[in-house]
Order: sequence, then C-alpha cells, then structure tokens
Amino acid sequence: MTAVWRAIGVGLIALGVLAATLAVLGFDPVAGLAALGRNSVGSWYAWSSATLVRAIPLIIIGLGLGLAFRAGAFNIGAEGQFAAGAIAATGTAMVMGSWPGPVSWVATAAVSTVAGALWVLIPVVLKLRLGVLEVISTLLLNFVAEQMVSWMVQGPLQEPQGIYPQSAPIPADVRLPVLAGTRLHLGVVWVILLGTVLWIVIGRTRWGFRLRAVGEAPVAASVAGRIPVGGVQAAALLLSGGLAGLAGGLEVTGVTYSLYQNLSPGYGFTAIAVALIARLHPLGIIVAGVGFGALEAGASGMQREAGIPAVAVNVVQATIIIVALLALRKRRVAAVAEA
Amino acid sequence: MDPTVDFLAAAIRIATPLLLAALGEMLTERSGVLNLSVEGAMLAGCLASALGAHWSGSPYFGLATGALGGLAVATVFSLVAIRGRVDQVIVGTALTLGTIGVTGLWYRWAFGAEGLGLTLPTVVWTPTVIAGALVVTVSVLLRSTIGLRLRAVGESAVAARAIGIGVERYRAAATAVGGLLAGLGGATLVLGQVGTFAERMTAGRGFIAIAIVVLGRWHPIGVMLAAVGFGALTALQFAFQAVGIALPYQLFLMLPYLVALAALAGFGWRARAPADLGRSLS
Repeated sequence: MTAVWRAIGVGLIALGVLAATLAVLGFDPVAGLAALGRNSVGSWYAWSSATLVRAIPLIIIGLGLGLAFRAGAFNIGAEGQFAAGAIAATGTAMVMGSWPGPVSWVATAAVSTVAGALWVLIPVVLKLRLGVLEVISTLLLNFVAEQMVSWMVQGPLQEPQGIYPQSAPIPADVRLPVLAGTRLHLGVVWVILLGTVLWIVIGRTRWGFRLRAVGEAPVAASVAGRIPVGGVQAAALLLSGGLAGLAGGLEVTGVTYSLYQNLSPGYGFTAIAVALIARLHPLGIIVAGVGFGALEAGASGMQREAGIPAVAVNVVQATIIIVALLALRKRRVAAVAEA
Repeated sequence: MDPTVDFLAAAIRIATPLLLAALGEMLTERSGVLNLSVEGAMLAGCLASALGAHWSGSPYFGLATGALGGLAVATVFSLVAIRGRVDQVIVGTALTLGTIGVTGLWYRWAFGAEGLGLTLPTVVWTPTVIAGALVVTVSVLLRSTIGLRLRAVGESAVAARAIGIGVERYRAAATAVGGLLAGLGGATLVLGQVGTFAERMTAGRGFIAIAIVVLGRWHPIGVMLAAVGFGALTALQFAFQAVGIALPYQLFLMLPYLVALAALAGFGWRARAPADLGRSLS
C-alpha cells in the first residue's frame, strides 16, 4: 500500500511543480490543469482514444527497457529502434496489401520487432567486443534513425505524388482493428500479453533469475553463479530493441496508418522514465505507462484549449523522475541504517 | 570566395559550440562525473543568451547570460546527482527533458504566443577565439596541482578522499565549469550561427559533445581535433550540394554520427576513461 501512496505523493508534487511553473510564467494554472485533466481522464473518449492509445507505445517500450536496465544495460536508443520498427512495418504493409488481416497483423508485428532488434545489434556487438558504452552508441543511432526516416519518406517510401514528406497510407486490410467508437487498437492486447509474460519470466524462471543476478551483482553472477554476463546483457538489449521496434510497428499499423518524420513525440525517452519510476516491475510499468500516457494526452489538450505549449509536460516528467529517485534513495539509506 | 576557405570556415563555425560544450564535459568527466544534462545546459544557454542579447542589445552580454543559463542546469545536476548521490545517467536524462519543457514555456512567455523569430545582435569569431584560448588553458590546468587533484578524484574517489582531497567539492566545481561552457556553447549557437531561439534547437548537440569527449580521449587537444572533424563532416554536405552530387542529403546528415560510432569502436572506450566515471562516492 505504501508504494501506492508514494506514487500518488510523487504525482501530486509533480503537478504542483507544473502549476507553480505555469503561474510564475504567467499562464493560468487552473485552466491549464483543468484542460490536462479533461483531455486525459475526463471522459471515456479521452481515456480510450487519447490516454490509452499513447500508453501503448510507452508501456511496450518501457517493458523492454525494464529488461535491459535489470541486466544493467542502459539502452537509451529506444527512439531509434522505434523508428526502425515503424519503417519496417510500413514497408511490409505496402508489400502485402491484400493479405488477410490477422496474417498481416502478426507479420508486421514480427518484422518490426526484428527491425528494432537489428537496430540495437550494432551497439550490442560494440559493447561485447570492444567495450563501447551502450549509453553513447544507442544514443548516436537515434540520430541516424531520424535521418533514415527522413530519407524513407522523401525517397523509397514517399507517397506516389512525391509532394509530401510521408508514406502513402497503408492498405486497409493491414490496419489493426479498433474498439468500436474509439481509437483504441489491437496493440492493447500486446500490452496485456507482454506484461503478463514478462512478469512471469522475470519473477519465476531461471532466465529471469539470471537477469536479476547479472544486473545486481555482475561479478558474483559471473564468478559464483557461472552466468555468462555478456550473453544475458546482449539478450536483454536485443529484446528491448525488439519491443521498441514492435511499438513503432504498432504505431504505424494502429494509429497513424502512414510513416512520417517525428512519428514519436519522444516515446523512447519518456519510456525510460516509465520503466524507472515503476522500478522496472512489469505490472508497475503498465500502471506508470498509463499515467504518462495520460500526461501526454493531457498535454496536447492543454496546448489546444489553454494555449500552453505541450512541452510543459516535460517539466512534470522530469520532476517525477527526480523526486521518485530521491524518495527511493532515502528509503535505501534507511534500510542500510536498520541493517 | 575560395571554396576551400568557405569549407574550413563553415567547419570551424559548426565546431565551435560543440568544442565549448565538449571541453566543459571533458573537465566534468575527468572528475568522475558523467553529466548527460549537457544537452539541457546547452539549450538553457541558448534561451538565456537570446534573452540577454535581446534585452541588452549586446551579443557579449548574451554570451555571459548564456553561460549562466548553463550553470543553472549544472547546479541542479550537482545538487541531485553529486550531493544527493542519485544515479548520474538518470538525473542527466531527466534534466534534459525538464529543460526542454522550461525553455519552451519561458520562450513563449517572454516572446508571446506566436514565438516570433527574433533579430538578435550576432558575433562571428569571438566564441571561437574563446574556445581556442580554453583549449590551451585546460591543457595547462590539467598539469597543475589542481588538475592533478581533479584527475585523482576521477580515477579513484576513495583514494583521493583518503589523502584529504574534497571529492564532492572538486566534482561540483568541475560540473559547474562544465555547465558554464555548455551554456556558452548554446549561446554561440544562437548568437554566432542561428540568430534566434527555437524550441529544442540544440537537436542533440549536447549528446554529440559527449561523443566528442570520448573521441578526443578525454584530452583537450584531442577534443578540439574531434570537434573540428565533426564540424568538417557536417560542412561536407554543403560542399557536396554546391558541387551538385545527387546523393540523398540525409546520408550526409547521418555521416557525423556514423563516423563517431566507428571512431568509438576504433579507439575503444575503456582505454582512457576515468576509472571512477559515473560512480558516486559511497
């Protein structure tokens, strides 16, 4: 129960900081927070068509990052892996226009997962072979991916007229089905499936144990446990890249129906926060993902209705991360003192 | 003008903000602190310099306020990550995120809903001269007593503490200098290149500066060479466009990052990184 209260506390502090920032900079904090709430949790439509739709990529990426971070591997290139998945899904969708729905849903998901994993393969090899820190290499590849998307939508995948920097809309059969009257797409099933599977894998299997051992005490895991540390980290990184790629594929097939630049409003970075404040626990990541999805959804509402730049929500996210970490740190110090 | 001269001038102008930020980050990393909020500090420097130059009419005043903007971000980092001993990578990422938000809001507040393009007074070569002077200063500094202590703190905080060096004082000071220089780098971007402020305008340059530190192997001369190399690669696209080679321009925009990655692989990371980089004193 204390975890829930702490989460509520951190959330309230962050909203307080947002209100204060808005007030200091001359925006109307009441109107801002009201618009934020109305457009994120204020109605069934806001829930189903804004908050949850944005939560899907955050959760799926967050679940993957949770695995990588548990293994002590810091992948901050999810933004690029997401883009790789989105490109792959668009290309695949164009090729298989008239395949029956379920086949193409699985195929685009599979291809985008592989693309995301391939995008993180270079950092994995560089880390294992040459000791290049994955923090830097995954990050650098984000910028490469950004240019790759830019090239695709002005080159090989550009819409037939060749006017706009975006792909043609993907064929209707490939698009994921949505819940009637909402924009909530099939991706939500992936969220439930992946959340459950990873929860079991991490907590109840031999591989999950190895993962935790490698992250918490790599030397002990290697010497006493004879666990191949590099191999476990590589697997975790590849999985995290794959899931980020899957999220990119689902975004194209379930939400945007075409590829364009800045497809992701920073999901790959926000998902880092989602994974961390959930303390890398799969079920926690789902809850945190919905919370941050609500913030993202509310932010665009705030911009539309109260004229407050959507980037304001970054202030909330940063505050949540820092306050949550400071709170956790105090607890750890207390635990050490008791022992 | 001679195209070669044009190319070199473009390379150096692109390199200057990167060099300033990277020199600061290098000092910070030599003290054992991995500060990923350079991106945020640069962005804060961009906005602070735009405000300062706009208000005073002087680009030099803008450079000064820009440096202070970077210092502000570094101070928060220092309090949370060094005093508070929270994970440096996470705090750096979070602060960059937060700075994007604060600068976006502040800009809108200062210059109205449209966020109109500003016409700011500009400087051309002053920041480059400052950067050159700093390369020399930092090279000398690293060999002085203070520099030796700084490096000791970065290589082994525990040993440094045992011989009576104030580890967290040195780290806070190096982080502060890093913030000032990142802010100055951001100011250079605004007052020396773009001439106005835009939301998220640093577009990853802070992270490039971090890569430059690695490529420069944590040494001022190396950092300078890496920064100029990076500038040259970026300037290459203008040269190729002028000649009219029909390759997708995005390939040239990717090139600096790919070269950075290849160079990291070639030079290796472990070789010269301060041994205690990213570790809090426990």
